[in-house]
Amino acid sequence: MAVTSPAPVAPAVPSGARPRRRTAGPSRPAPRTATAVITLSLIAAAFAIPLISMLEFSLRTADGHGLDHWIALFSPETAGRYSVIWTGLGNSLILALVTVAIVLLLLAPTMLLVTLRFPRLRRTMELLCLLPLSLPAIVLVVGLVPIYLGIGRSLGTGAWTLAFAYGVTVIPYAYRAIQSNIDAVDVVTLSEAARTLGAGWLSVVLRVLVPNLRRGLLAACLISVAVVLGEFTIASLLNRSTLQTALFVVNKQDPYAAVILSLLSLAFAYVLLVLIGRVGGPRRGPRRRRDRATS
Amino acid sequence: MSTLTASAPSTGLTVRTVSKSFGRTTVLHDFDLEIRPGEMISLLGPSGCGKTTALRIIAGLESPDGGQVFLGDRDVVSVPTNRRDLGMVFQSYSLFPHLDVAANTAFGLGMRRVDAAERRTRTAEALRLVGLEAHAERYPHELSGGQQQRVALARALVTEPRLLLLDEPLSALDAKVRVQLRDQIRQIQLRLGITTVFVTHDQEEALAVSDRIAVMNEGRVEQFDTPERLYRTPATSAVAAFIGTSLRVPVTVRDNTALLFGLAVALQAPRADGEATVLVRPENVIVVQAEPNATVLSSSFLGATRRTLLRTDEGLELIMQHGAEQTLDAEQRVSVSVRPEPVLAV
Repeated sequence: MAVTSPAPVAPAVPSGARPRRRTAGPSRPAPRTATAVITLSLIAAAFAIPLISMLEFSLRTADGHGLDHWIALFSPETAGRYSVIWTGLGNSLILALVTVAIVLLLLAPTMLLVTLRFPRLRRTMELLCLLPLSLPAIVLVVGLVPIYLGIGRSLGTGAWTLAFAYGVTVIPYAYRAIQSNIDAVDVVTLSEAARTLGAGWLSVVLRVLVPNLRRGLLAACLISVAVVLGEFTIASLLNRSTLQTALFVVNKQDPYAAVILSLLSLAFAYVLLVLIGRVGGPRRGPRRRRDRATS
Repeated sequence: MSTLTASAPSTGLTVRTVSKSFGRTTVLHDFDLEIRPGEMISLLGPSGCGKTTALRIIAGLESPDGGQVFLGDRDVVSVPTNRRDLGMVFQSYSLFPHLDVAANTAFGLGMRRVDAAERRTRTAEALRLVGLEAHAERYPHELSGGQQQRVALARALVTEPRLLLLDEPLSALDAKVRVQLRDQIRQIQLRLGITTVFVTHDQEEALAVSDRIAVMNEGRVEQFDTPERLYRTPATSAVAAFIGTSLRVPVTVRDNTALLFGLAVALQAPRADGEATVLVRPENVIVVQAEPNATVLSSSFLGATRRTLLRTDEGLELIMQHGAEQTLDAEQRVSVSVRPEPVLAV
């Protein structure tokens, strides 16, 4: 009895269509210049005052201010006195490198694998990666002690072995940095597109995914380096010498040297940040000549 | 030195009894398809009918649970995607954001280790083919959606693949750009003679660009035929319902004819006598000079045509699509009949 018309006239806008660009939301009034200047000045002061105070403290001498403590730190005569610092710094840099290697060669590929091949495991992986955040360092050390007894017997007691523990402690931070970048890039479609164009998995990762995940990977590296350079509890309780444990020792002998080295480590972190901003920033507009782009 | 030409190598595609399930859901049931070299076919069907899964299996992006996929004479089921020598354009914009248009286009040539000079020549030719040679140094974020899909098309064609796969490449574009790009894709396909599989849920798109269309429903091919035959002689009610608009009219069948508004109309396929429902296209409903048997409910102007809603004296509601010059007013009494085209009984 019923007569139907299942497919009426096509709508003017296709159902599958979506707007190419997001429309702007309701406009908000920009903060007044004076408000912005005051806010930024307060924030800058919050950062600058401790640093300036440290610098001022490091320049104090018996008769005023000077570079005596800075010169003493780097002079050959006092090299033996501060050798523990250089040993600790060297160990920390090695630890930073190994930890970064763990992040780049173990964590990042695992995250890509989960995203591309096992998306159902993502929640589990996220839970596992964020778990170390809920563990206080002291609890972690209690668990790590028997493991490090085994590591000591098999791999020795070198400071670099701390990287295994640091690899665990940096995972939550590195995971968030990389995952937010993965979420912002359609890695599945990009990798499928590259595959259909003839790229093997190695080419997909190195020529397509890594360049597009550069910011997340570099941010993860920065966070890892910062965590490693600033970590004290695990190194101290596992009886390893790092920059922080060395600073603690030196601070008892010479508080000026400890402050100078703290300033230098902050400067090092700042330089890393600038490098990441330069290297990992988005490319705006054509930079390369066409012949380079196609070669 | 090589450029994109009509002599680009093309090949036929045969899909045999391919099946695929995701968990307990079977997406493809014994899916078969045979495409001739140089032919452009569409996989058409509603969302979830398995058309994209079928395309991804052809591309090697999904593994079938069973069946074979022949590219030419070779079964490629176990061949990885990157060795199938195909080009693919995706629904979502898939250009590499870190590469400019030229580098995106040349990507496949780089993977094939084509030397730099030839790469430049072929890239320029591919971009000229899609009308974007002036945009070679732009980055994807500097292009419109239509331009990005044209670059994706150039990137897929530059390697002169044996098979071109298009996975709803127009669905993210606005209506006007869709039609332009759709026509451009067809022109390029005809010019290059490349075997092409086009997935879409838009019947108008499929009808406009395809040599043949495979209408899919619940993981099966309902009918694989030319657009005209699909429209005029749909094999199943699902095809009739999906291609164009069909009115379901209850009739009595006798001697393989149906009595419609006093007119004996032949059935497309033999059927036993008795009650049945036939499918009638709105353009086959007409108004004739005779005793009125229906009332006009409303009439809409659609440009070249009008669409008029009628109710017969028996209470049936009908849609009639007719020329814009024929005007009918609401409440007007008319005599409705149908053109004597064979109808499908369901």
